Amino acid sequence: MLNLGLDILGLARFQFGMTTVFHFFFVPFSIGLAFVVAVMETMYAIKGDEDYKKMAQFWGKMFLYSFAVGVVTGIIQEFQFGMNWSEYSRFMGDIFGAPLAIEALAAFFLESTFIGMWMFTWDRFNKWVHTLFIWLVMFGSSLSALWILAANSFMQNPLGYIINQKTGHVQMVSFGKVVGNPQLWNEFPHVIFGAFVTAAFVIAGCSAWRLLKKDHVGFYRKSLNVALVIGLIFSLGSIASGDLQTRYLINNQPMKFAAMEGLYKNSTNKGEWAAVSGFDTKQHKTTWSVDVPYVLNLLSYHKTTGTVKGMNQVNKDMHAKYDKKFGSDMNYYVPTKTLFWSFRIMAGAGALFALLAIVGLIFNRKRSQLIMKQRWFLYILGLCLWLPFVVNTAGWFVTEFGRYPWIVYGLLTIADAVSPNVSVASLLTTNIVYFAMFAIMGLVMIILCHRTLKAGPDAENTDGYSAGDTKELDPYSKGAFNHD
Amino acid sequence: MTNLQFLWFILIGVLFSGFFFLEGFDFGVGMLVKSFAKTSDERDVVIKTIGPHWDGNEVWLITAGGAMFASFPMWYATLFSGFYLVLFLILAALIFRGVSFEFRANMKTDTWRNFWEWAATIGSFCAAFLFGMLFTAMIAGMPIDKNGDMTAHFGDYVNLFSIVGGVAVTVLCLVHGLNFIRLKTSGSLRDRALSWNKILYPVLFAGEVVFAILLFFSTDFFDKKPMTTTAIVVALVIFTVLAYWGVLGNHEWLSFIGSGLSLISVVVLIFNGLFPRVMIANNPANSLLIKNSSNSPYTLHLMTILTFSILPIVLVYFIWSYWVFYKRLASPKQSA
Repeated sequence: MLNLGLDILGLARFQFGMTTVFHFFFVPFSIGLAFVVAVMETMYAIKGDEDYKKMAQFWGKMFLYSFAVGVVTGIIQEFQFGMNWSEYSRFMGDIFGAPLAIEALAAFFLESTFIGMWMFTWDRFNKWVHTLFIWLVMFGSSLSALWILAANSFMQNPLGYIINQKTGHVQMVSFGKVVGNPQLWNEFPHVIFGAFVTAAFVIAGCSAWRLLKKDHVGFYRKSLNVALVIGLIFSLGSIASGDLQTRYLINNQPMKFAAMEGLYKNSTNKGEWAAVSGFDTKQHKTTWSVDVPYVLNLLSYHKTTGTVKGMNQVNKDMHAKYDKKFGSDMNYYVPTKTLFWSFRIMAGAGALFALLAIVGLIFNRKRSQLIMKQRWFLYILGLCLWLPFVVNTAGWFVTEFGRYPWIVYGLLTIADAVSPNVSVASLLTTNIVYFAMFAIMGLVMIILCHRTLKAGPDAENTDGYSAGDTKELDPYSKGAFNHD
Repeated sequence: MTNLQFLWFILIGVLFSGFFFLEGFDFGVGMLVKSFAKTSDERDVVIKTIGPHWDGNEVWLITAGGAMFASFPMWYATLFSGFYLVLFLILAALIFRGVSFEFRANMKTDTWRNFWEWAATIGSFCAAFLFGMLFTAMIAGMPIDKNGDMTAHFGDYVNLFSIVGGVAVTVLCLVHGLNFIRLKTSGSLRDRALSWNKILYPVLFAGEVVFAILLFFSTDFFDKKPMTTTAIVVALVIFTVLAYWGVLGNHEWLSFIGSGLSLISVVVLIFNGLFPRVMIANNPANSLLIKNSSNSPYTLHLMTILTFSILPIVLVYFIWSYWVFYKRLASPKQSA
């Protein structure tokens, strides 16, 4: 075998990161679109305004593309635990399997069944019943997020378990504690709100591009309005829930928190917060920074006083705590630059989304033509349709890189979790092929969405697959009579 | 072995049975996209027969995988890491065929429509074949060490027995898909599916006989459980005969149920032969057993309560969705 300096661990980690990031482009997009489309269809059901039905159908197409890709990449996610992380699966099976199985049983069946119902029955059910279908899809996909985050929360903050003395594996003693994990209830709203914001700003961005071309102005202005109202509510919700989550980290994962704020040394009582800074990660120190006083304490404790532990201190604490079991050669420093900048991208984008939504709603008031005149604003909105995907990725970077070197916090290291019997060659092959497949699927997704957008809301459904019942039997054709 | 462990062994079997019964005809229909359906309009109809369902059917696989993780994590870890490359190819096949239906429908040029049609066809063939190969190899016994890590070489899972197993499952899925099309369409597609199955069933019989003979030599099933193994093999053949009778006498439901039960018989055959093991090692001392591969009683108990309260609700709306789309789809007119 060629020696490219590649090892099983690095390749398996890369694969996990790659599939997760790619999968998570589509997950929040689908959850969010299901929600926005459900809101649109509900408005149609209430108001009887055909425009809203058209909106639900039009944006619903993008939802279907995204859902298809989300499903197939999700299967990789599930299989991956057993394929690449068999030691993890053995160690965590007692805890991790349950939420995964419940996710499939309670959520995936609901989603996949009712998405079929929703797709193919536009003219067959009363509008309220049809609207119920998309709400069930939305409910199912949120539920799936809840269960998988329950599993992730245990990895971040193990609760409700004991270590089996014979096998050394974790064993569940309280399902209530696993599901009641505060980590979960801090994480879940943030992820769901983020999903709604994702869909809202993709719809807003797409609408903005069409408005720049003065295409279907009425339709896209209405779409923009729905998107921005949802975008405003949930970007504020994301900020609030993100704040909850951050403050939870201070005590729970101090290393992650300190890295997010770029603190090597303990902070002083003045609470200097580095807006931007440079790091020497080898020497574990900050080389330069632009500090703002008190902000760190405001962010951390919502008051002006207090101190936060720096990474050097946390590193010492962790060595003291874990050396006996894991040895003194462990490295507890997380990738500081990644966490620091990811956090800033996420927080900055959250604020930007809220601001854009407010300005957009003012420009887009019913009787005002401002939105059409402020072309610069439409350009910004149009470009921002890509931003949610960057932000979602940044969010997971913080969560998952910040977990280093643990796969299950304090219990199992990433290095001990990998499948010992998988070869570098196998992993390299699968990495390359997955990468190629993701690239193809991502590209096709973008092309399809772009094409759908260009064809516009009045485009005929020509495909006969997503289109629903357009290929029904012509009652006067010969075939109609041998129909039983 | 506790009662709960036994129950979960059965439940995993039930989930895989559901998967093969349902996704079996999805695979079959997918394989037919290119050769059986001759025009673009015909392909629309063929794909539409499974359009509202394939997604839900695939969830049976995800549930089976998740349930295996939640009940027998040692089995899950050994199986999934051991059959690494086979599962990787299965994933690739499932992904391509999964997105192909939606992507094909939205392609503008014939070249690209053609590409996604081939993706559906090849993906379905490969997925069915590889699943058959994987399970056949699994029951033949694999090199597994004390830790439960399997280090199989190419020849361990690609050999005459596993290839015959793969082909048999592929043909079973194919006839099952044709039987499904007979039920779901009217006109020329329905007639064509019937005439195709008249040819395919004799092939399937031959395959089943070869498979049974190889099963005798390659596994310990006939040694350890001669009665039940023979009974299940006979049942498999009887279901296939019934389905074939349904083809000759044009009883569509009989054919469809017959081919579905044939697929389930294969799963039952495997699970019956495995018991009380879950993975068979070449060195019997290293075989994974039901009694030492499972989760704790607490988790099994929890999963039992949850499964038996959620699954019935799922089945109600799952079956209802088939009821909603019960109507036959007309074949396009020949001129098209």
